[in-house]
Amino acid sequence: MNTLRKTAMPGMGVVAVLAFQVFSAAPGSAAPAAAPEDAARSIAPYFTPATPSPKAPDTDGFLQRWLLLEPINKPNRTNTVFTDTYVRNAMNTEYFPNQFTVIPHNGDKVTVGGQELAWHALDSANWNVKLFRFAYGLNKPTYGVLFWAVTVVNSPREIQNVRLAAGSNSASMWWLNGKEAVDLFGDRRMVMDDCVSKRLTLHKGKNVIRGAVINGPGLSDFCVRFIDENGDPVKDITLSLENTGK
Amino acid sequence: MKSYILAAAVPTLVALCVFSPALAVDGEPYIHDPSTVIQCDGKFYVFGTGGGGLISDDGWTWHSGAVRPGGGVAPDVIHIADRYYMSYARGGGGLAGGHASGVHVMWSKTLDPKSPDFGFQDDTIVASSDGIEDCDAIDPAFLLDPTDGRLWLSYGTYFGYIRLVELDPKTGKRIAGNQPVNIAIDMEATAMMYRDGWYYLLGTHGTCCDGANSTYNIRVARSRKVTGPYLDNMGIDTLKGGGKLFAGASGRFAGLGHFGQLDLGDGVQKFSCHYEADLDRSGRSVLDIRPLLWKDGWPVAGDNFQEGTYEIQSERKGYALELAVDFVRMDRGGRGGFRAPAGPVTPIPVQELSQVAPNWPAGNLDIRLGDYLFRPHQKWTVTPVANAGGYPGSPYFKIAIAGTDRTLAATADGEVVAVPAFTGSPEQLWRIDQLTDGTYRIMPKSVPDSKEPMALTAVGGSTPTLARFDPRSDKARWDFRKP
Repeated sequence: MNTLRKTAMPGMGVVAVLAFQVFSAAPGSAAPAAAPEDAARSIAPYFTPATPSPKAPDTDGFLQRWLLLEPINKPNRTNTVFTDTYVRNAMNTEYFPNQFTVIPHNGDKVTVGGQELAWHALDSANWNVKLFRFAYGLNKPTYGVLFWAVTVVNSPREIQNVRLAAGSNSASMWWLNGKEAVDLFGDRRMVMDDCVSKRLTLHKGKNVIRGAVINGPGLSDFCVRFIDENGDPVKDITLSLENTGK
Repeated sequence: MKSYILAAAVPTLVALCVFSPALAVDGEPYIHDPSTVIQCDGKFYVFGTGGGGLISDDGWTWHSGAVRPGGGVAPDVIHIADRYYMSYARGGGGLAGGHASGVHVMWSKTLDPKSPDFGFQDDTIVASSDGIEDCDAIDPAFLLDPTDGRLWLSYGTYFGYIRLVELDPKTGKRIAGNQPVNIAIDMEATAMMYRDGWYYLLGTHGTCCDGANSTYNIRVARSRKVTGPYLDNMGIDTLKGGGKLFAGASGRFAGLGHFGQLDLGDGVQKFSCHYEADLDRSGRSVLDIRPLLWKDGWPVAGDNFQEGTYEIQSERKGYALELAVDFVRMDRGGRGGFRAPAGPVTPIPVQELSQVAPNWPAGNLDIRLGDYLFRPHQKWTVTPVANAGGYPGSPYFKIAIAGTDRTLAATADGEVVAVPAFTGSPEQLWRIDQLTDGTYRIMPKSVPDSKEPMALTAVGGSTPTLARFDPRSDKARWDFRKP
C-alpha cells in the first residue's frame, strides 16, 4: 500500500512540491522541525530480541515472534504492479539457497544479488510486525523491498480446521508447513484477517510458517494469526525460534 | 459532457432528445483534497490543496475564486461563533520522501475574499510530526462536538497513526497539555461527525493521486467516545485496519476521498468529496456533493438523482402521483375465471400513451394521487435542466408525463398542476433531495408570488399540494420507483 500521499504519480508530485516551494515563505507559519535523519537508528521500541523461552500469541492471537530477513532490494516505483502473476513470480523466485525450507538462526546470513543480508530473531512489541521500522532501524532500504519471515508454531495437539489469517502492506504470500496457505495480491493495506486460508490442520508439535511481503513505496508491515471455525483466535499455541542465540 | 434540456421554451422534440450522464457538480469544480463544504453569507465555499478553492452561489455550479493563504495541503474549515477556522498542513504527505509536517490553524471573520472583514490571522501550528515518528501530520479535519462544545482535530496518513487532538473553540489553538490520541492506522483524509450518541470516524483507504487508477475509497467506523476505540461493522478497530466501506468508485468516477458533511437541515444531509478522476472531464480531480443517508446507525453514500421515468409514490399512503384524467380500462386478461386456464399463455400489452393521451383535456390538468397501475398518466419522466441553476450536488429537474411535455408546475395558490408545455420558468423546475432515510423531498424552485420554500406534500391520502416541509412527517416524503 502506497504511503506516499502525493507521489504515486511523478507529475502530481512535481506539482505539489512546486506548490510547497511557492508558499514556503508564507509569513506567520513556522516550518515544521526537520526530520532527525542523523539520529542513531534503532529497531526499538518496535522489536526486542527473541528469547529462548516459548512465546504465546497476544490476547487476540497475533503471532509476534519472527525471524526476519533484512530486505531484499526489489525496486518498484508504484504498487499497482502487484498483480497476482507479478507477486507469485516474485515470491517464487529463488533469492537464496533453501529459501522455502530453511529455518534460519538469528544472525545467519545469505547473499542476494551481491548483498549480504542477515536474519534477525525478534519479538514484535506490537500486534503487527512493522517491517518498515525493522528496515529503517537497521539502515536498510525501506521502499522497493521484499521481506522474508519465518516462525515456528508449537501446537500441543493436532488442531483441525484452523485458518491462517493475514494482513499485509503491501502484497504477501504465506506458507504453512511448506504448502501455500494464503496470498494477498494487489496494492494492499494491512487489515487484520484481510485474507484467510482455507481450512488447515496444525500438527501436534512443530509447524513452520513462512511468508514474504513485497512493497514499493509503502509502510511495510504484516499481521498473522490463526482463527478457528468460529473466527476466534487460536491461542493455545506457542512460538519458539530454535537456537535463536546462535 | 452535460447535455441537459435547455431552460427555455424549446420544442418538445428537442427537449426529449437529450440525455445526461451522472455528473459531479457543474462549472469548473477542479479541486484536490477538498475541505468540508461550508456556507458563508449565502455562498458555498470549499478549499483544496495548494491554496485557494471554489465558490458557488447555489452548491451546484462551482468556480475558482476562494482564497486561502498558507499553501500546503488538504485544508478543512469550520464555522464557530463569528470565526471561520481554517486548518491545513505544510510538509509531510511523503512529498519528496518526507513525513515531517505541521498542522496549522488560522481564522477569518468571513470567507468572502471581497469583504473588508476577510483576512486570515493568528496562523498557529497545533500538531506536527518529525518525519520519523509513526505519524504524518497532514489532512486535518475538525469536529465540534455538539454534546459539549469541545473542538477536536484529526489528522494523519498511512504513515503511522491517525491522531486526535483537542483545540480551544474560542481560539483554535491547542488545549494546553493536550496529548494526541491514536485512533486509527492506514487511513488518511479523515473526517469526523456525531449522530445519535455515536462518533463517526471516516477516512480513505487505497491510493490517491493516480488518476483513473486511484483506489481511494472512504471507510467508516464508530465509537461511543470521541477518543475511540472506533470499530467497524465487524467490530474491527481502526487501529487494526478496520473500516466499513462508505463509498468507492462508481460510474465514471474513480478514487473517492476527503469526506465532508454538509447538513442542510430538515433531514437533508449531504457529503462532499473529490473524485481523483472524472472520466468525463479528462480524468481530472473534481468536487462532488451527494446525499448522505443513514441505515442502522451507519452512514450510507447516496447517489444524486438520476434522470429517468418513474412512478412517484407518496410515503403517506403509497399512492402514485398522477394526472387527474379518466381512468381507461385495458384488456383485463385472465379469461377463464377461476377455472384451470386453457390455451397458450401470452403476454398482454400495457396501455400505451397513444391510446389515452388524445382524450386528455387540453390546458392545465390537476394532479392527484391514486393506486399505481403502470398507466401513462402515472409515469413521470424526470430530466435535469441545464443553465437553470441548482442546489448542492444537483441541477433542477423537469418532471413531465412520459412521452409528453405536460409538466408538473407549482401554482400561485400553492397547488400543483400539469401545464401543457415546459417553458423553463422557476415554478416548473424541481429540486429533488434525497433525505437521510432514502426517501425524497420534492420542491419547486419557486412558487409564484411567494418566497416561502414549499415542498410537494400529500395533504390528503389522494391529494397533493405544496406546503412547508415537515421532516417529522411522511406527508412530504416520496419514492421514485421504476415503472
